[in-house]
Amino acid sequence: MSQAIIENSATDDISEGVLLDAVNLALHYEMAVDESVVVLGEDVATNGGVFRATVGLKDKFGFKRVMDTPLAEALISGMAVGMATQGLKPVCEIQFMGFIFPAFEHLFCHAARMRNRTRGRMSCPMVLRAPYGGGIHAPEHHSESTEALIAHIPGIRVVVPSSPARAYGLLLAAIRDPDPVVFLEPKRIYRTSQQPINNNGAALPLDTCFTLREGTDISLISWGACIPDALMAAETLQQQNISAEVIDVATIKPLDMRTILSSVVTTGRCVIIHEAARSFGVGAEISAQVSEKCFLNLLAPVQRVTGFDTHMPYFKNENYYLPNSEDIVAAALETFKE
Amino acid sequence: MTRLNEQAGHHALLDFHLEYIQFVNEDSEWVAERPSFATDEWLLKAYEYMVLSRVFDQKAVALQRTGQLGTFPSALGQEAFSVAVGLELQSADVFVPYYRDHGTHLLRGGDNAMSNLLLYWGGDESGSSYGPVQDFPVCVPIATQITHAAGAAAALKIKGSDQLVMVTIGDGGTSKGDFFESLNVAGVWQLPLVILVNNNQYAISVSRDKQCGAQTLAQKAIGAGVQGIQVDGNDVLAVSQAINEARTRANEHKGATLIEAITYRLGDHTTADDASRYRSAQEVKEAWLKEPIKRLQTLLNNLNLWDSDKEKTLQASSTNLVEEQVDIYLKTPTASAQSMFDHLYRDWPDVMNEQLDMLADKLERN
Repeated sequence: MSQAIIENSATDDISEGVLLDAVNLALHYEMAVDESVVVLGEDVATNGGVFRATVGLKDKFGFKRVMDTPLAEALISGMAVGMATQGLKPVCEIQFMGFIFPAFEHLFCHAARMRNRTRGRMSCPMVLRAPYGGGIHAPEHHSESTEALIAHIPGIRVVVPSSPARAYGLLLAAIRDPDPVVFLEPKRIYRTSQQPINNNGAALPLDTCFTLREGTDISLISWGACIPDALMAAETLQQQNISAEVIDVATIKPLDMRTILSSVVTTGRCVIIHEAARSFGVGAEISAQVSEKCFLNLLAPVQRVTGFDTHMPYFKNENYYLPNSEDIVAAALETFKE
Repeated sequence: MTRLNEQAGHHALLDFHLEYIQFVNEDSEWVAERPSFATDEWLLKAYEYMVLSRVFDQKAVALQRTGQLGTFPSALGQEAFSVAVGLELQSADVFVPYYRDHGTHLLRGGDNAMSNLLLYWGGDESGSSYGPVQDFPVCVPIATQITHAAGAAAALKIKGSDQLVMVTIGDGGTSKGDFFESLNVAGVWQLPLVILVNNNQYAISVSRDKQCGAQTLAQKAIGAGVQGIQVDGNDVLAVSQAINEARTRANEHKGATLIEAITYRLGDHTTADDASRYRSAQEVKEAWLKEPIKRLQTLLNNLNLWDSDKEKTLQASSTNLVEEQVDIYLKTPTASAQSMFDHLYRDWPDVMNEQLDMLADKLERN
């Protein structure tokens, strides 16, 4: 079992907030209770981050623990490896996922491998946070969703929250995890919906998908910014007397297939929705495992609703790239065709 | 300094200079006053470790040639550099090596430093489970280690430690972005970091003059606001002196130092390389005249600290030590196949059970 301890906190501290607020609250909480947590990245200290995710941290914890780094992503992730091996817990912000690629060498060749290659003598408890995905009319290189590239690498955890409350609990879990975690924040839903967030320091598990809506006829499997679309699609399907189960994968790697399989075994139909390009994506992995493990339970072929195998279009056309609830409903209905 | 073209509006702005350290030249003559740290005892210790390092190195190459070791990077001729680093590291410092630091590991890695190095190059991860808990394992991806060293130095600074981080890198590594990014942050954050460049003149086949257009690698420090210095890397005293000065600077909160040590890679890049493809026998022959062990041996002779009997005894004891370590290495059982799963994550993900079962089935079939 993963550490993923759900703590019962003595004090509830509930406030309404959006996903971005939840990230900020979790960072404040963990920096206050754990002195080894440090935050570093471009524009994170004085400016509070370009999305303001780290606002207030510098004033509360000082420049020593909240560091504006030089503009160098490889350096940020490499320094995090150095810090993590010396007893700190660095939480790095990569400003946009489109700029994460220089950080990959340190993440893949060192952070992910350090525990294994030293047989446990050293480890890299570090978090790389990055706003990810499209849908906010951002410039070129600011709308990528390449979680599959990272999930392919052994030794890393990949986490994508889809609501304020889950962002809070999952980020706490990511910081507390003893291994490297990439925490991808779907910026399309950074500020779209408010929800009560209990700032009680309770972490969520990193090894379990969340079943957001129970259903009996079809399983809609998704994560991140596509979750609101999946929930909307489930609502539409309900009007046609189709009962859809909606699963938020949330922890992409390691992937909790048990929750997904037990749902698909029950419903017999499966639609996987992700914003990333279609081929070789996380959806392909889920589909492969569904066919390996519950092929005979399937009543229809697995469907995928995804971005295209194109570059993310500039923002005038980005909505043609992004999956929406109509696309999901159409794919779901496809599974009911005789 | 370059003369100005004052007619075209040029004005003096800044001037830079660079220094070079050498105490003992290639003829084993003192070219500077003997430094106080270089006591008789210190010189003898340095010599003994340099000899041990070479005996180990030659044995490792022989093991590879006879199929008992994987690819191995010889450090032949660079013993003064890596032994000086080992001698100057304090126990609580952080050492971040590259992959040609065998002499440093001998001084750093405890009694089984050699067998652990052999395990590493012999294909067993347990070779990197040794050493001071804060030291990094051997680093193969070029220059990546230097960003880790910068991070470790930042960690020391955050924790208020007085210790240093020492990181080694080759001449080729100074061409990489990680090198410049780390140097840059070391300058702006005044990190307690010593960057040691083993400029052995070759990055596999690419010679130093084809690697970089600057006259020295040390001057790369200047652009980052870091102290840079070049030393004779075949003079163990010069390397130690530069490290000592770097420690003083760091302790005075004056930040990082880049030390370019001029050495020569007398061997191939690794046992998989054939250096005769890209350099002449004459060049190597000339380099042998400057090599560090003979230079120090002659110095010790001149100081009446050494003779042929002592040399014979040292060679024999070094060979014995190496053979004992080789024996440990060869007798170490191979870890189980399942061990590839053991340290993937601290907390075992249950979803991986299926892959453990797949391995068990595979083992049953084989």
